[in-house]
Amino acid sequence: MADLKVKIGALEFKNPVLTASGTFGYGPEFEDFLNIDSLGGIIVKGTTLEARQGNAYPRMAETPAGMLNAVGLQNKGVDAFINDIYPNIKHYNTHIIVNVSGSKLEDYVTVVEKLNDLEHIPAIELNISCPNVKQGGMAFGTSCASATEVTKAVRAAYHKTLIVKLSPNVTSISEIAKAVEDEGADSVSLINTVLGMAIDAESRRPILSTITGGLSGPCVKPIALRMVWQVSQAVKIPVIGLGGIMNFTDAVEFLLAGATAIQVGTANFIDPAISEKIVHQLDAYCDNHRIRAVKELIGGLIV
Amino acid sequence: MKKYINDLTVCSNRRLSDDYFILGLTSSNALPEMLPGQFAEIKVDNNPNVFLRRPISIHDVDYAKNVLYMLVKIVGQGTQTLSTLKVNETVNLVYPLGNTFNMDGVTNVILAGGGCGIAPMLYLARHLHQKHIKATILLGGRTMIDILEAKEFKKYGDVFISTDDGSMGEKGFITNNSIMKKLSSFQRLYCCGPLPMMKVFAAIAKQQQVDCEVSLENTMACGIGACLCCVAETDKGNKCVCTEGPVFNINQLKWQI
Repeated sequence: MADLKVKIGALEFKNPVLTASGTFGYGPEFEDFLNIDSLGGIIVKGTTLEARQGNAYPRMAETPAGMLNAVGLQNKGVDAFINDIYPNIKHYNTHIIVNVSGSKLEDYVTVVEKLNDLEHIPAIELNISCPNVKQGGMAFGTSCASATEVTKAVRAAYHKTLIVKLSPNVTSISEIAKAVEDEGADSVSLINTVLGMAIDAESRRPILSTITGGLSGPCVKPIALRMVWQVSQAVKIPVIGLGGIMNFTDAVEFLLAGATAIQVGTANFIDPAISEKIVHQLDAYCDNHRIRAVKELIGGLIV
Repeated sequence: MKKYINDLTVCSNRRLSDDYFILGLTSSNALPEMLPGQFAEIKVDNNPNVFLRRPISIHDVDYAKNVLYMLVKIVGQGTQTLSTLKVNETVNLVYPLGNTFNMDGVTNVILAGGGCGIAPMLYLARHLHQKHIKATILLGGRTMIDILEAKEFKKYGDVFISTDDGSMGEKGFITNNSIMKKLSSFQRLYCCGPLPMMKVFAAIAKQQQVDCEVSLENTMACGIGACLCCVAETDKGNKCVCTEGPVFNINQLKWQI
């Protein structure tokens, strides 16, 4: 048994395996398949101030080694989360992190002010990288000025661990990461989905109702690994890596590239038990390589 | 209902035609309870071009033999690969998923299945029969090879058939079959098939004030309500077809009919 504990800011995780927002619901959806408490943490569905219906169907297209989605932040709003969902999940013995999304600066601030008071939510993931909403979302995360502005406002309003989720759809993700670090983010998570599209050659129409959507799955892993590597060189705060992690070797690769923790996303759709399996296999990997603490793997790439 | 992720063993793979096959799947453990209208998400191995599981409806369950049957239409690479499964090979399922048909408060109903929409209707007919609810079955397809398992359906009720080319049963669309003239004598119409077909059935049922349930086949990723990709527009907003469907009463759906 290796020591799997990792720290993000002041927050200690029992292991580095988290589930990515938008791929794991709120947890109960997966209770039949795994023990939620075995995970380092779960990041629940992107939550906005008001309820959102999301985009029109079709919202999904399968692609080689991946998929495109255009869900568009369908959620019941932060008040419904606090009143109807949180009471049913707060007993989990793992860190529950809320992914906070918005279209306006004030909306982000209002949402995080409400989340401050929830005892069993020790952190938020600020989503400035959703490619599927017309206003806000990714727009906040694609320039240093706007990323700075939203992180500064949220940092002033939120008193616990603040993770900022970054978009890969930028010229320099390291510059954005440094900008949010300067504003007091405790961690950055990357990557959100890569903007892409799919076309039906027969009908000559786009497959997604929104024409473009967010690409995820193993096809984006090399991009994600490269960005985690670059960002972890550029910032001092811990990096949480995600993008196409399907198994424990993918997880190890992200840790070696510099990630302190990882998120399992699209893989949850293929194997709803995969995140717990990765925890156990990571433990076995450490034992096999005589690694006493998983922390030793972080940034352990030999170049 | 509890959901499972299990490897099942192929015990039969019967080819019905170029386009259709029925997989028989068994397990060393007793199969869990499954309801009509529910489906399984099947993992497709050995094809790098197929990434997501494929949602396939439950065609029939023989609990005495511990066999689950899935009637599959070959529509793309995923189902093509599944069609090559051999006896004794294993296949991974997440199941049973989704809701079921409402079988309460009725004594005389009609089931309509068009093309691959026939798949969930056999298990529904079996359940209705067990509940002593009189079932009339209407099957439709483009041609006679699309009319599947008609003999099996006859065990559970009178069967009416339409084919577009008249090669079997009445010639014409399933929605124009002569039995539809008597629709108002039934308390509920259950239907599954292509969307345009279901919308025509829904419009007729609505006009004649016959309760109507449809089983939707939206494309989906997870099958368990996590990805929110498969939504249908309902009177209560976007609902996941995988968890709050696939069966919907037409009064719930925002269809222009």
